[in-house]
Formats: sequence, structure tokens, C-alpha cells
Amino acid sequence: MSEEFSIGFLPLVDAALPILAHEEGFAQAEGLSLRLVKDVSWATVQDRLLYGQTDAAHMVAPLAIATTLGRGRPAQPLSVPFVLGLNGNAITLRSDLAAKVSPQGQLGDPALVGEALRAVVQERAAAGQKLRFGVVHRYSSHNYMLRYWLAACGIRPDKDVEIATVPPPFCADALEAGEVDGICVGEPWNSVTVERGAGTIVLATAQIWRRGVEKVLAMREPVLEERRAEVEALVRALRRAAQHFVDPAALGEHARILARPEYLDGNAELIERALADRLLLHRGDDLVHFPDFMFQYREAANFPWVSQAQWLYSQMARWEGMTVTQEDAALAGRVFRPDVYRAALLGTDEPLPGASSKVEGSLTQITAVSTQQGNMILEDNRFFDGRIFDPLDVTGYVADLP
Amino acid sequence: MRVAIVDESAVRASVIREGLAALEDCEIFVVTERRGLVARMGQIDPDIVLMDLGNPSRDVLEEYFAVSRVLDRPIAMFVDESDEESIGASIDAGVSAYVVDGFAPHRIRTILDLAIRRFRAYSRLQSDLAEARGRLAEREAVDAAKRILMTSRRISEPEAYAELRKTAMNQGRRIAEIADAVVTAHKLMGGQA
Repeated sequence: MSEEFSIGFLPLVDAALPILAHEEGFAQAEGLSLRLVKDVSWATVQDRLLYGQTDAAHMVAPLAIATTLGRGRPAQPLSVPFVLGLNGNAITLRSDLAAKVSPQGQLGDPALVGEALRAVVQERAAAGQKLRFGVVHRYSSHNYMLRYWLAACGIRPDKDVEIATVPPPFCADALEAGEVDGICVGEPWNSVTVERGAGTIVLATAQIWRRGVEKVLAMREPVLEERRAEVEALVRALRRAAQHFVDPAALGEHARILARPEYLDGNAELIERALADRLLLHRGDDLVHFPDFMFQYREAANFPWVSQAQWLYSQMARWEGMTVTQEDAALAGRVFRPDVYRAALLGTDEPLPGASSKVEGSLTQITAVSTQQGNMILEDNRFFDGRIFDPLDVTGYVADLP
Repeated sequence: MRVAIVDESAVRASVIREGLAALEDCEIFVVTERRGLVARMGQIDPDIVLMDLGNPSRDVLEEYFAVSRVLDRPIAMFVDESDEESIGASIDAGVSAYVVDGFAPHRIRTILDLAIRRFRAYSRLQSDLAEARGRLAEREAVDAAKRILMTSRRISEPEAYAELRKTAMNQGRRIAEIADAVVTAHKLMGGQA
């Protein structure tokens, strides 16, 4: 008899790992049977998780931290034993605006694009207008990546521009109708927007933070403790799915599975493009290959680094004007559970890092790091502006930001 | 009390509205257009918002309410958090509710209960319709399969039906499934259904 685990998800490409764990039999091999519950808004995914209709959820990482810290509703502790992926989002601007700020036919340098955008923002401000941007959720990495980039380029979010929530399926509409001038969204929605001729992709979020945490597997802390053995089995199943996910020979098969009505209900060709790190920046152009656009497995991409959670906390505090406290930083850090990840994968051939936290943004070249088991090499992990996040000094970091 | 119903399906919105019409001193506003939703909410200034769980605009509204709370317009999300049972019931029924902070709980409860019942009534309506449509499609497939058997095997209609039924029983499948298989096979062999 296999144990059932229900997992809530939103129809996005980065919901791939739980879907593949189910479809490719990795969950079954671990004695689990997965039931996938599709929703269309993060709020609903969160509700189902908090009220016990699902056991776990595919979730934007900052939302798991916001829920634990009690932002927007009474606090409930969530735990993240597995990171479902890094990056995979892009910034798409209205094509006339993109033509002004970004080189044609390629992804520009984030600092240069930002500088050009700042000129447009100032021009607009002189005319009494503000550019409007859409992000997929208030507590999303999209929101924090976009804000990080704008602020580092001298554009003050909330003051110089407006940032509003636009659900992914409405992004193309909103750009087309002029409701927003730019969006930061995951795939396949940038490609859908470009295909419709409603916008041009100017940056990938991986250009802003090379190894930025994106979606996570979140569950209620008491559920994680109660079902610890099954959770570890789930981590193993997801890790096998991740291994399989990056197999280039399986791309087409994965795209076809994800495109099915019960999952993304979308276009397999567009999905396969995202899986292969290929982007159509502007309608009529050629596809551009951007390595590690979406990052799912190598370099322990699924390891829940405590420092990643704390970086998200630093941004939440920064933009909501909360006082940064050591207690909250610790609380946010505890949401990510490297201990569970380690326990699940100890004794497998999966490399496990020696540390559970790292100085984010400090790696500028390929570096071998110490491990608990196996060999591990980490590549470039820079923020585009060269800043470094030391989780031991969150207060100092936030104080020093523009 | 001001109640806003946000639903892109005008039919469902009217089913819910009808249900709430019985309540006294309740002003009901129906919003079916996604564009300009936030501005519309600002005009209505509702005490409670009812919307379908499957509405992607929920995240937009949550942000709006969170921000308006910052601006000292105290709107909270969802029912009283202590009332797990009613939250569970509304999630089951597919309804999300947003309620103004500190509003009289018993009155909210009545509205919510009614809304839940109406949401359920609507989804029953939908499933009945889907079932009826399904049955119609099944009958068409069976008719087509019968015609194929009658022409290709030169048998009568009752004989054709008996053949389908016998095969279905032998294979432990539904007649409609067998009929579908016959039609598909026939098409594959180049015939007209």
C-alpha cells in the first residue's frame, strides 16, 4: 500500500518536478502515490495547504516565508525541505519601450538596460507619468528580483514606478492593453506574450541573480514532523525527477507531459523551449539560447540553503519597511530545512554540501566546495551589481542597499 | 452591508445574487469584468467580497486589500481565522470570501452559508448539464456504431445492438466505450462514421 501525498500546484513550467515524480514513477518507487491538485492563484494554493486540503504545495519561495512570519494573515509555520528550481523568469517590456532600452536580438547587460530605463522613467516623470510593472504576486521572487534590479539602477520602486500584481495568464493582455508597461513572469507566459506580439523579452532573472531561488516545495511544519519518513521519501522522488528532468534526451517527452490538460494545458512547443533554455525575445526573431535560464538540478540546485531564505527575508523587510531583526531572520531561515534534505539523501550518490548557508553572490568562478558526501562544484552565483549577501549580517546588508 | 460578487461567469454570479437577495439590508454588487477590478472595488467599498476559488484575480485582490489596510482601510482577508469549519466548507464549495476586519461575525456567517449553498447549487447545475451532454454524445456514438455494424455485417438494428451489448459484457466495459471503439476502428479503415 503506498502512502498518498497531495500536492497543490499552479500550471507553470517549474511545477515540473512533482508532476514528473508522479508521471515517471519516481514517487511510486519510493512507496508514495501523488495526487496533484491544480489551482490558478497562489492565494488558493496557500489556502488549501493551510486548511489541510493538500499535504504540500508548489509555491513561490517568499510566500512560504511570508506565511511563517504572519504577513497578511495569522502566522503559520511552513517548512521547505526541497527547492523545486532556481530562476526561470524573465522581464518582458512593451515592444516600443524595449526598443528604447535594450539592444535588438539579444539579452542586454542588466546595468545598461537599467540605465536606459532610468532615462525613460525620468522623462516620464517630467511629464507627470509613471511606468507600471506587473509581477505575479506580492510575495514572489519576481517582485523582489524586479525591485532589486530597478533599485540598483537608480529607479525607486513605489516612488518612480508602480508595481502591481498581474496573474500570469493575464500578463499578455495587460501589456497589450497598456495596463502595464512591463511584466516579470515565469514561463511559458513570456513566450506567450512574445508570440502574441504584445511584448519583447529584455532580461532573464538569472541575469539579475545568477542562482536566485524560485519555487519551493512547502508544507506545514507539523505535517513535516508527523510524516517525516514519507517526506524524506518524497525528497528522494523529487530528486530523481530533477535528475531525469535535465536529461536532454527526455525534453520532448517532458514537454508533452506538462502540456496535458490536467497539468499546464498549454502548448508543448513553447514549454519545450523553456525546458531547453531557449527564448524568443521578439516576434519574428530567431530563438536565443540562454544557458541556465531555468536551473533545476546541477550544483545541488534543490538544496534549501538557509541563506537563500534569509536573502528573501532581507528583501521583504526592505520593501515593506519592516525593521530587520535577528529573530525574524532566524525564523525566516528556519523555513528552509537542509537537515531534512540531508537525512533524505544521505547514503545516496547525491552530493551534499558541507555547509547549510553560504555568502550569496560571492562566487565569481567555478569553485569546488567541501561536502558531507560526494564532490561538489559551484559555478558563478553573482548578483549583477556585484553586491554580496552575508547571512550573518542581514541588518548591515539591508542598511547598505540603495 | 455591502456585498461584492466577483465572477466572470455572469450566470453563476446571478445564481449567487438571487440567493442573497432574500437577506435584508444587503446591497449586492456584481462584478463580471476583470479589467479595472481594483478600481471597481474602491468604488464599491465592500464589507464582504465573494469570489470563485478558481478566479486568478484573487491574488490581485489580496494585494489590493493588503495595501488598503496599510492605507488605514481595514479590510482583512478571508473569514475569521478561528472559524476553521466554515473556511473548510467554503474551500470545498469553491468559494473564497474576504471580510472586513471586525465585522459582526453572525451576519457574515449567514451570507457565507448562503453563498456556499448557492455555489454548490451552481456546480450541481453544471455537472447535471455535463452529464446530459455526455449521455447525448454516448447515444450518438452507439447509433453510429449500430449503423456501421448493420451495413458491414448486414444485420438488423436489434441484432447490432445485441452485438454491442454482448461485447461490452464480455469485456466488462460500457456499451458507449465499445461503440466508440467500433467508430474509431471504422474511421481508421477508411469508412465514414
